[in-house]
Amino acid sequence: MSIETDKTTPQHDVDVATPLESRIARKGQLPRWGTAAALAGAAVIIGGALAATGAFSIGLFVFLTVVLFAVGLYAISRAVEGGRKAADRVVTIVVTSAFLLALIPLISVVWTVLSNGVARFDAEFFSSSMRGVVGEGGGGYHAIMGTLIITALAAAMSIPVGLLTAVYLVEYGVGTRLARSITFFVDVMTGIPSIVAGLFAYALFALFAGPGVRLGFAGAVALSVLMIPVVVRATEEMLKIVPNELREAAFALGVPKWRTILKVVIPTSIAGIASGITLAIARVIGETAPLLIAVGITTGLNFNPFDGRQATLPVFAYYSYAAPGVPRDPYVDRAWTAALVLIVIVMVLNLAARLIARLFAPKNR
Amino acid sequence: MSTDTSPGPAPAKAPAPPSTRPVVQPGDRIFAGSATGAGILILVVLAGVAAFLLIEAAPAFVAPAADIPGGNGIVAYIWPLVFGTLLAAVIALLIATPLAVCVALFITHFAPRRIAQPLGYLIDLLAAVPSIVYGLWGVAVLAPASVELMTWLQDYLGWIPLFAGPVSATGRTMLVVGVTLAVMILPIITAVSREVFLQTPKLHEEAALALGATRWEMIKMAVLPFGRSGIISGAMLGLGRALGETMAVAIILSVSGAVTFNLISSGNPSTIAANIALQFPESTGIEVNTLIASGLVLFLITLAVNSLARFIINRRREFSGAN
Repeated sequence: MSIETDKTTPQHDVDVATPLESRIARKGQLPRWGTAAALAGAAVIIGGALAATGAFSIGLFVFLTVVLFAVGLYAISRAVEGGRKAADRVVTIVVTSAFLLALIPLISVVWTVLSNGVARFDAEFFSSSMRGVVGEGGGGYHAIMGTLIITALAAAMSIPVGLLTAVYLVEYGVGTRLARSITFFVDVMTGIPSIVAGLFAYALFALFAGPGVRLGFAGAVALSVLMIPVVVRATEEMLKIVPNELREAAFALGVPKWRTILKVVIPTSIAGIASGITLAIARVIGETAPLLIAVGITTGLNFNPFDGRQATLPVFAYYSYAAPGVPRDPYVDRAWTAALVLIVIVMVLNLAARLIARLFAPKNR
Repeated sequence: MSTDTSPGPAPAKAPAPPSTRPVVQPGDRIFAGSATGAGILILVVLAGVAAFLLIEAAPAFVAPAADIPGGNGIVAYIWPLVFGTLLAAVIALLIATPLAVCVALFITHFAPRRIAQPLGYLIDLLAAVPSIVYGLWGVAVLAPASVELMTWLQDYLGWIPLFAGPVSATGRTMLVVGVTLAVMILPIITAVSREVFLQTPKLHEEAALALGATRWEMIKMAVLPFGRSGIISGAMLGLGRALGETMAVAIILSVSGAVTFNLISSGNPSTIAANIALQFPESTGIEVNTLIASGLVLFLITLAVNSLARFIINRRREFSGAN
């Protein structure tokens, strides 16, 4: 019975004669519906009070209800069940409401972008550029193509480098000083602010092409600086969890190391690697700052990343909102639609990553 | 077997003593070589980042003070930006860390087991939203919505210098930036804390419960002490992200360049990253060098913060994975 012994509910006279179950039942405990009842009660009281004062707002209502709910439940529970259980209940409320609070921005962001962006989410947005457009009409076709081209270039540079580096770290360089320093500097790279990556790409290309250079390819370089460490990390984690028995079995059969890696290790972990790479693409496709610095913006279509400025979705959204023309509304509408397209792309990539991980996961494990 | 030295068909290799060196095939050489090369390339790229930034920033450090934008030299130009960067990041951290710990606890220990993982994905989605979208959301939704709250803060807590006011009518204040950044770094801190909380030895948790601890007492006794370093390092990683965040700040904050702790007025210090994004497209000559110099300072600050975080994480990393 030491479990229930507590400073606030002393149990000095334990009645040995009564059966155990009835003794437990006699311990104070709120009924199962107690929590729900307390919440409903708090809502009614606060709702009534706010309605009476005439200062009703949803935010205030929810906030005060939760506060009263927590305080009230604590008081009741402390009286009935004792201080320890009361504290437990309050923590449950706090933690749960923290989680719900964290969901509010997510819902609000998605809702805002959807409701504002759907107005121009039409065929014209996906088929025309901004060349010669003033005011109504126009679209983000040039920006969508720019984003796809630059991201594809960045991926084409980052994926081989990232994959091979991870293979080196896990298969070849275990314990060497080079591997340790690569691990450390990959961590450092993970923390590079995206704008610094943009400055780096600009500084690099300005050295060769003179100051004021803006290139789609420079943007791709900046993005791959951000993408490589993500690919390395994800791949490394996946290669590490391939069981060593598989490698040893292959070696025992006389398979050379490189074939073991290509035919055994990587196929085993391909699902995780593919999903990690997809997440890395999702991360860089929404980057604005480096592209703002290194690629700039243009109104027309430009399919050549080695020739001058290109428009990209995030930068297009930024300029449409921050530097609109007159009248302002069509520009802001286009900014929201660009944001919506971006969010859809990112969410689809995230979903794809989860699906890949689930569908291609190695069986029988 | 092309590395075999015996020329032509040599059926018997009896005289050669059995070599202890493994057979190395050309495929192995190529593969190992390219893997090592990729690793070295990363080191080269990072060295390149530092080198090119230094080269392009150097003119700003040696230029006469009057040439730097503002006319008072490089330190006077960068200092308010550093202040603004730190202020915004610290506000974000103070808001996000407790919230993230609670969310991580909810997902690992309070939510029904079956829906815990989908809930985790939901929080991860917060990290997937591009920063430009947070910027638009912050300026279009959060800023106007928070004017009322900030007015209340000024009326009742105005004696604290943080809330001295006068309240910005548009809501584009440091406080709103801090809240937006907090939303953006919440998923990182949550993810790291969640990982660590899940690693808490089951035996410790069960022992606490078996001794009659309530769930909160179990968390206090077993989970939080075990996860403390994880929380700290997650917070540091979040801090690093908040320091470098650009677009949200650039869009939301209304800037005057003043160094002030007043969080709710319309005169705010800018941050390094936002200042670069706003000024860079229209800059030429020494202005570009100055901006790159400020980027270098930002790089060093985030480098220090991230290294500290990694140091804390690595100190307690468990032996894991293959080998």
